[in-house]
Amino acid sequence: MNQSISAAEELAALTAHDASCRLAEGTVSSVQLTQLMLDRIAASQNNAFITVNPKALEEAAAADARRQKGEARGPLDGIPMALKDNISTQGLRTTCASRMLAEFVPPYSATVARRLSEAGCVLLGKLNMDEFAMGSTSENSYFGPVRNPRDPQRIAGGSSGGSAAAVAENLAYFTLGSDTGGSVRQPAAMCGVMGMKPTYGRISRYGVVAFASSLDQIGPITKDAQDCALVLNAIAGKDPYDGSSLMNPLPDYLDALKDGAAGLRIGIPKEYMGEGISEEVRMAVERVAGLLEAQGAIVETCSLPRTEYALSAYYVISSAEACSNLGRYDGVKYGYRTQAYANLAEMIEKTRSEGFGDEVKRRILLGTYTLSAGYFDAYYKRAQQARTLIMEDFRKVFRQYDVLLTPTSPVTAWALGQKHANPLEIYAMDVCTVSVNVAGLPALSLPCGTDSQGLPIGAQFIANTLGEAVLLRAAAAAEKGGKA
Amino acid sequence: MDEFKTVIGLEVHAELDTKSKIYCGCTTEFGGDENTHVCPVCSGMPGVLPMLNRKVVEYCVKAGLALNCAINPYSRQDRKHYFYPDLPKAFQTSQFDQPLCLNGYVDIVAGGQPKRIGITRIHIEEDAGKLIHGADQTRVDYNRCGVPLIEIVTEPDFENSAQVHAFLEALREILLYTEVSNCKMEEGSLRCDVNLSIHREGEPFGTRTEMKNLNSFSAAAAAVEYEAQRQRRVVLGGGKISQDTLRWDDEAGYNYVMRSKEDADEYFYFPEPDIMPMVLSEGYIERIRKTLPELPAKRRERYVQVMGLPMYDAQLLTVSKFISDFFDRTVAAGAQPKAVSNFIMGDITRLLNERGLAPEKVPIQPDAMAELLDLISKGVISNSMGSKVIEIMFEETKSPADIVRERGMAQVSDAGAIRGMCEQVIAENPKIVADYKGGKVKAITALVGQVMKMSRGKANPAMVNQLLEELLK
Ligand SMILES: [Zn+2]
Repeated sequence: MNQSISAAEELAALTAHDASCRLAEGTVSSVQLTQLMLDRIAASQNNAFITVNPKALEEAAAADARRQKGEARGPLDGIPMALKDNISTQGLRTTCASRMLAEFVPPYSATVARRLSEAGCVLLGKLNMDEFAMGSTSENSYFGPVRNPRDPQRIAGGSSGGSAAAVAENLAYFTLGSDTGGSVRQPAAMCGVMGMKPTYGRISRYGVVAFASSLDQIGPITKDAQDCALVLNAIAGKDPYDGSSLMNPLPDYLDALKDGAAGLRIGIPKEYMGEGISEEVRMAVERVAGLLEAQGAIVETCSLPRTEYALSAYYVISSAEACSNLGRYDGVKYGYRTQAYANLAEMIEKTRSEGFGDEVKRRILLGTYTLSAGYFDAYYKRAQQARTLIMEDFRKVFRQYDVLLTPTSPVTAWALGQKHANPLEIYAMDVCTVSVNVAGLPALSLPCGTDSQGLPIGAQFIANTLGEAVLLRAAAAAEKGGKA
Repeated sequence: MDEFKTVIGLEVHAELDTKSKIYCGCTTEFGGDENTHVCPVCSGMPGVLPMLNRKVVEYCVKAGLALNCAINPYSRQDRKHYFYPDLPKAFQTSQFDQPLCLNGYVDIVAGGQPKRIGITRIHIEEDAGKLIHGADQTRVDYNRCGVPLIEIVTEPDFENSAQVHAFLEALREILLYTEVSNCKMEEGSLRCDVNLSIHREGEPFGTRTEMKNLNSFSAAAAAVEYEAQRQRRVVLGGGKISQDTLRWDDEAGYNYVMRSKEDADEYFYFPEPDIMPMVLSEGYIERIRKTLPELPAKRRERYVQVMGLPMYDAQLLTVSKFISDFFDRTVAAGAQPKAVSNFIMGDITRLLNERGLAPEKVPIQPDAMAELLDLISKGVISNSMGSKVIEIMFEETKSPADIVRERGMAQVSDAGAIRGMCEQVIAENPKIVADYKGGKVKAITALVGQVMKMSRGKANPAMVNQLLEELLK
């Protein structure tokens, strides 16, 4: 009995690429893996899932049938995974963790959902998050907060808290999240898993419910760098439904894993290691630098002097775009509609005040304010100017370095409910991640040990535009160094 | 007139005649059951993204060039926000401070006076849906959502309704000739908002009102007349004009207030983050310029000054680009301009009307038309026989020469044969002959008619006339 439990534990803890090998060997079936995950999801107390896909086993059986006939589609065929609940799935409700869309079933699927389905993945279900991806704790959910599997009294991070918690608790072999200001990387760091935010435009946004259009990007959350490369291979690339998706040719991301750290030029921007960064986090990041240096990397301190503007620019731009993107939830076409109303204006007003949670309303108000005719130049225009300066900073340092190394979050996971009283304090926690979105760059969070309370710490690698491969190279090298 | 001057500016929305919508692949076809020409993109589902239809940019640039505009090499789209159920995204994707076309003009003639109307800007945007009000509920139809529009904004250059009317006519012609819009008023393809204010000579402009919902040129002209008079009455009565948005009720013939200044709009414009800016190269603009057809005003000038046609003919020939092209090609194939014009204005127009056909449906090729006119000018058939041949050409795809040959329609110009028929008619109609000889010169037409009848229309009428006169001397 005990042995079978631990065998199941061992099977659940496999990376996606190891699970893929088992499937290929025929020592396990997709139905078995899927059933295992479904059982674990049902038993979990951490609220990572909002909706379980009733067709998951059916999809798994189809994957097994393909394999039997020798028609397996590739390394991800039959691998059970899950999607953040702002990624549209045809026929399966997509709530954005909002009362507004609590019953909304999309008539179409996001490009990433379609690509994973075409790769043969089994969709386990949809993952909890901050409402409309607004937040850094996954507490702003109509369906209740996500708990951190490492300590259920603590936040899982956010907004893709469910996506990170599910991978950390072995409820899915990998997940997708969305990252607008750190929403993939920060929960990955807090849950002790890997999360990547690719270059803006590298992955299609079609079907991902928009929060801030110029910042949003889908990213994989995985157990290691190899899985991250596998998922990226499956979902990246030009999409005719997304005008901002990039046409640049796709490398095979698996190739990057073998290159090692020798000769890698790593910069540590001093602005990311100073005030506000906990001592334990700073030390963990320095340990990563040491590991890579030991493998022949060159590590130096550098500077991104405009970093201080990033947080304000980010909140102005993201709130303006959010306020525009969320206008469509008016009770007319789909989603929540208030019960009683005297006229159209009242219907829209009541629907929106009842359907949205506090954090979403706060961002809409902020956005409305900054886009108002009298304030547009003072806020939105200046934020865009700051954006240009921040990009310039990065352009300069990337002439000297292949990759930058920073903390992902200044602190480890804090207690649920701890910062409710002060939203600004929570906003400030995004300081290490938002610049990357503002500049449209790729970045990756790598687990790098734990603090004295046993809570995971994340180190962030940042690369130049389309530098996903170098991120994976650095991450794989750090993983190897950590194991050795 | 009176002590006041009227100042009028227009905002004209024209639907572009593209096959698909501006940001998705849905058809732009008019009609269809409610919400059948929709997809997740144009119905504003969560997560969708716009893909700009290149044709929309091309058509707008084409319209801009035809309206003498400068084309903005760098242009972008902006979101214009407001809540209304016909706008599924709660914003209209439009253009704010970087429109595609700037600073153009149209020359018109109104009340016999030439006038130049300035075009401030032309930009692209998407149409909204339609509310359908029932007894106890209102439904929304998104079929029109995302149909591409251009908005043409004029300078406040108009002084009266005649100029407004002439401008709209000229604009319609240009949009039709450039094939940018089908300008079907009854389908709302061309709609017009009017801004109007009055002021005394030498004083600054007055407060303006905006009139919406003007779906015909006559409605626009009537609304201008009405509003100019109303403002005069208010000002003369010591009142003030308030900056209202008015809705024109065409049946009742008056404006009512839709929105007053207190709730003036704030649209929270900001650059559309999902659509990359449009950067147009000189080469691209020139390629579009090369596709511009000769515009109707230029054609009329050429018809009158170069071809010597009456202005009346020139007007009628240019009502449709197809007819005008047909005319030009027939002339190019060697026909006499006035002869072509006569046949187009006469038989062809009549036959189209009888069959209820649009001009584009003329089943005759310009070459065949020129061939027919050649047969007439060479005397092979008479003019009136030509009408019959055209009628047959509407039904059968045969060359005029074949029709004439197969049906033996060629004119008889053999003097001997005609003389014989004339002699016979004279012999059979002693009464008419006597009248003619008694001084009733007109009686000869009755004899000509008899000969034509005997020849079944084929005798050369000029020869018949001449021979009868000779024989009756
Ligand atoms: Zn559509």
